[in-house]
Amino acid sequence: MLTRHIAVGLAGFVTAAFMAGSALAVEADRQDPRLKNYIVGEKYSGYVVNEPETRDIQDDDFQNPAFLWVEQAQEKWEKVEGEAGKSCASCHGDVEESMKGKTRHYPLVHERTKKLVTVEHQIGICRKEHMKAKPWKWESDQMLGMAALVRMQSRDMPVEVKVDGEAKSHFEKGREFYFQRRGVYDLACAHCHVDNHGNKIRSELLSQGMPNGFPTYRMKWQKLGSLHRRFRGCNKNIRAEPYKQGTPEYTQLELYLMWRANGLPVETPSVRK
Amino acid sequence: MAKPRIKTPATAKAGDVFQVKTILKHKMEMGNRKDKKTGKTIPRNIVNKFECLYNGKTVFAAHQEPGISANPYIAFYVKATESGTLEFKWTEDNGKVTAETRKLTVN
Repeated sequence: MLTRHIAVGLAGFVTAAFMAGSALAVEADRQDPRLKNYIVGEKYSGYVVNEPETRDIQDDDFQNPAFLWVEQAQEKWEKVEGEAGKSCASCHGDVEESMKGKTRHYPLVHERTKKLVTVEHQIGICRKEHMKAKPWKWESDQMLGMAALVRMQSRDMPVEVKVDGEAKSHFEKGREFYFQRRGVYDLACAHCHVDNHGNKIRSELLSQGMPNGFPTYRMKWQKLGSLHRRFRGCNKNIRAEPYKQGTPEYTQLELYLMWRANGLPVETPSVRK
Repeated sequence: MAKPRIKTPATAKAGDVFQVKTILKHKMEMGNRKDKKTGKTIPRNIVNKFECLYNGKTVFAAHQEPGISANPYIAFYVKATESGTLEFKWTEDNGKVTAETRKLTVN
């Protein structure tokens, strides 16, 4: 009996948590010329949901704290590490030229290993196989900085991921994950980010959950963070067991989300609440 | 530790007021958090003092408390009087000082 009461209570909480009526706020904001680039058809980036003060921080590259990590990564790009005696620059040359517009196609199926890889995986492969250097942890400052640096070279270009051919099975699994109910609250990603975006969940506006600005500087984290860390946060909020960063489940989910964001500009490194 | 980012103009006219922007990468450990594994309190370590010296004279200083978030961003205005250097100093609780200088030409 007790468990049943709890279940009923939780269901009540979840319904009450989605308070309708604030979709109007997003509609009014859409007239703002500043947001023009961040709204493509029905899709809008998390930038639109941000408060104006947070948008100010993102718009100014000096004020944006993510650039502290990016600057460190720029130094790392030139630095020779590992047994092979190579740096990123030894193979790729100038980061702005070599990486321009490339990272907006990630995650993609790696040519040789035939695995679905994100930017972070690719950096790991480079360090392991070509540089023979010590691997970086997913959520380390170096990895986040480097991922932000290379993703940033696609800034303002539209996200464009392929979901056909070899990527198709991954895409299907990612979609399955997205619509799969999970956790104690029995919610799927879609319940918040498809059905209720623009509405409030408690005091916060729900976004469409677009991944175009990651790695992002999140004020709550007080540092740069990866998309997979955000997934973990989402999963914990609905009282589901989170996966680890870089697992196939999250990588497939990232592919599905990137497909959802196709056409939106890459914003890396963005600033979020 | 990353180098602090500082934005100042290289040249300025005498009498002009220019903006200085600074940002330092720092955790600003406020002293209330506990280590999840050991249960011990993590000692406070914040940047408690920021100072800007213009040719050795303090033109701006800030005393900071634990409420300041990580990676403190400080922007302020300085009046250009003579050529020289702008020196920036961040002092942490543990005594560590991060210092940077920028040259300024006044014509």
